[in-house]
Formats: sequence, C-alpha cells, structure tokens
Amino acid sequence: MKHRTEEELVAYRDGEVNGREACAAHLQECVECRGELQRIEAVFAALDSLPAPDPGEAFGQRLWQQIAPRLPEKRPSWWARATRGVAVGGWFAPGRLAAVGAVAALVIVAFLVGRWWKPVPPAVEVTDAAKVRGRVLVLAVGEHLGRSEMVLVELANMAPAQGQKKIDISAEQQRAEDLVEENRLYRETALQSGDTAMAGTLDELERVLLEVANSPDEVTPAQFEAIRKRIEAQGILFKVRVVEQGLDEQKRKKAAAPDHGGAQPAERKKV
Amino acid sequence: MVGSEPAGAEGISDAIAVERTLAGEREAYRVLVERHSRRVYQLAYRMSGNAHDAEEIVQEAFLRAYQKLQQFAGNANFGTWVYRIAANYAIDRMRQRKSEDARHAPVSNPLEDGVEVDPINQLHDTRPSPERLAGNVELAKRMQLALAALTPAERTAIVMRHWDGCAIEEIATVLKSSSNAAKNTVFRAVQKLRHALEEYAGPGRAARAMGTEL
Repeated sequence: MKHRTEEELVAYRDGEVNGREACAAHLQECVECRGELQRIEAVFAALDSLPAPDPGEAFGQRLWQQIAPRLPEKRPSWWARATRGVAVGGWFAPGRLAAVGAVAALVIVAFLVGRWWKPVPPAVEVTDAAKVRGRVLVLAVGEHLGRSEMVLVELANMAPAQGQKKIDISAEQQRAEDLVEENRLYRETALQSGDTAMAGTLDELERVLLEVANSPDEVTPAQFEAIRKRIEAQGILFKVRVVEQGLDEQKRKKAAAPDHGGAQPAERKKV
Repeated sequence: MVGSEPAGAEGISDAIAVERTLAGEREAYRVLVERHSRRVYQLAYRMSGNAHDAEEIVQEAFLRAYQKLQQFAGNANFGTWVYRIAANYAIDRMRQRKSEDARHAPVSNPLEDGVEVDPINQLHDTRPSPERLAGNVELAKRMQLALAALTPAERTAIVMRHWDGCAIEEIATVLKSSSNAAKNTVFRAVQKLRHALEEYAGPGRAARAMGTEL
C-alpha cells in the first residue's frame, strides 16, 4: 500500500479539497498513516498550548492615547463633504447631486479641451538633487538587475538528471531572498522618482524572486518545473533585459553628454 | 476629547466610523482603534514573539491605516484591512531585522567546542527528561524557540493560517507570492516545527524509516 506523504497529510488536515476522499479512504485502511496524522496533529496541539497573547482590556484606550497626538487632522475635501453619508442619504440628495454635476461638467470640459488643444511639451526643470538620485538609481538598479537575471537564468537553465527525485535550489533560494530586500528598496525609490515603468518591472521581478525565495530548499521535479514555467510565463527575463539595455543607454548618453548645469568645463573635456 | 465625541459613537459601524474619520472627525477613529486593536495585537505578538515589538507594530499599523484611509474601499472590512497592514509591516520589520542581524553578527557563532549554533539544533541538544517535557511550560518554551527559528515568511504563514484561519490567498497577498508558494510556506513551517518538537510529537515518517529518531 502506498502511504501518504507528510505534505499530503498536512494538506488533508488543513482542509485540502483535492483528493480528499481518496485520502480519507486511505486513512480508514492504513494504521501507519493514521499514526502519522496524529503526530502531525500533536504539533498543532503544541501550538495551541501557547497562551493567547492578551494585552488587557484597557489596551485599546492606551493605544489611542499613544497614537492620537500623532494623527494629523484630516481636512475633509469638498467631495468628501458632499458625498458624506451616501449610504444614508443616497446619491440624489441636493448637495451630492451638485457634486456629481460638477464632476460631470469637469469631465466634459476636459474631454473637449483635450480634443482641440495640442499641448506644447513642457520644459522640465530637473533639480541637481533629482539628477544625482537618478544617476545613483541607474547604476545601482543596473547591478541589481544583473544579479537577479543571473539567478533566474541559472534556474531556467538548470537540467535535473533523469529520475532525480529532489533538486537542490538552496543556493538560488538564498540569493533570491537577499535580492527581494534590495528589490523592494529600488522599487520604492523608483516610485518616489516617478519612474512607474521601472517600478512596474521591479514589482514583477519581486513576485518571481519571492516565489523562488519561498520555495523549499529541495524541490521535486514538478515543483521545479512550476518555478521555471512561472519565470518563462512572466517573460520577466526579457523585461529585465529590456530595462537593463535602457539603463545602459542612459549611462552611455550621460557619459557622452554631461549636463550643462553642474559639470565643470574641465570635466566635460575628459569625456 | 470626550466632549467632541459624537453621541453613541461606541455603537457605530466600522463603515460609518471610517466615513466620519475621513470627514475630519478624528474621534471616530478611536472607535476603530479600540474595536480592532486587540486582534491586531495578537497577530503582532505571535509574529514578533514579544510584547514590546507587538505594541510598536500595532501602533504603526493604526497610524498607517489612518494615513491611507482614503484608499480604503468602503465595502471592505476595516478589521481585515488593518490586520493586513500590520502583517505586512511586521514581516518587513522581521526581514529587515534579520538582514541587520546577519550583517552585524560575527562570521560564525561558535559554541565552546566550535560547532555552529542553529536554533533548531539547539532545541535538540537540550534534551530534557520526559517528565519535564510533559510539562506545558517546557513545551510552550520549546514552541516559542521553534517559532523564533522560522523565517519571517514561514512564521507569518503559520500565524495567519493556524491562529487566524486566514485563506491561503490572503497569506499569499501578504507574502507577495502565488497561492502555491504560500501553501508551501505553511507546510515548511509545520515541518520545521515538527522537527523541532520531535521528542514531543514523534519523528516524521522519513526519520523513522531511516532509524534516526531520538
């Protein structure tokens, strides 16, 4: 008789729907698997033996006193004032009707203006601080993307031997875990800098890195294939390479044409 | 503060409390804090393992929720929303602390005989007598050590799943992973806890088959 794996029994205990009936039927028959399930159950019983953390009845009041001075005043917007109590008063109360009408009028005006007015591209004024931050981000993100690409390429190219039951991805998993932290920082910085395209790619990369970081040290061929498929399905390697190329281009352009605001003439001659 | 409190504020629904807070009635937020803070504290305590960190996590979660209240969709549940903010903050904090610890820790952490310390191995090294192990205090202590030895993601997953009954999809959102990966993380946590509590819960089937059980 083929016994149930520990993973299947944990999933069964957790209410897994897939294969539930077969697992239940097997447990009826198999004393050993019943024993295994009992031993798993003992772990959860041990978890429940921990005392429930209780901060006390007055915790909410104490917490409020601590945070209340740190809460900024919220100034209600005209829209919030107009829509307040929608659930109670409905959308057709006079104040709200006026608000809805005003927004509708604005949308129509914006539409018409957009149709007839050809905007002149605005002259963007970039501060020195923003330029410096942008350059640092370009360099650091370039290196980060290179390292991430390497981990993903290694995983994608890994060829498990025929009949190999477990594939050790602990090294890639560890590196992915470190990269997740870095990635989060760069994504936030990109968002703050208004680079939504970069932030979007970093967000997608983060999901794939997390998937790898959260995988077991050793995976079954099926799990490994699932990770590889996810890397391929997202097209993340392609996207990362496109961004990398863009960053290289930016670096080259900056090296070829330094800005006229901050660089010294002597520095310009060097390039 | 009490003077400006709207009549019957204690009994208002979460949705109305959110709406009033957004309309500038800061006192309305107190209702939400008092109503949901204990559950958030339980999550924070189980994730961080101590009261001091738990209080800081709860404070930060409610401050962040207040700042982001505009983004809160009215049809969602405020309790679930602030719970998720706390879980996100707690896991980021644990990860940050873990990487700081790794940076500041010496290259190796040797015992007297030069063997590296792994929290899980430490649990096995201190073999108490069966009588002591039978005691709940001893077991709870062991479990706390075992929980502390989990990775931030594993700890988050097991806390959310076991104590709060969160759906796998919800855990996946906090871990920023797929549902399959989240399920896997829960399983890994159970496996590690089981390994750490082998003497109490009995060895896994693999260990028994290999004759390596204690």
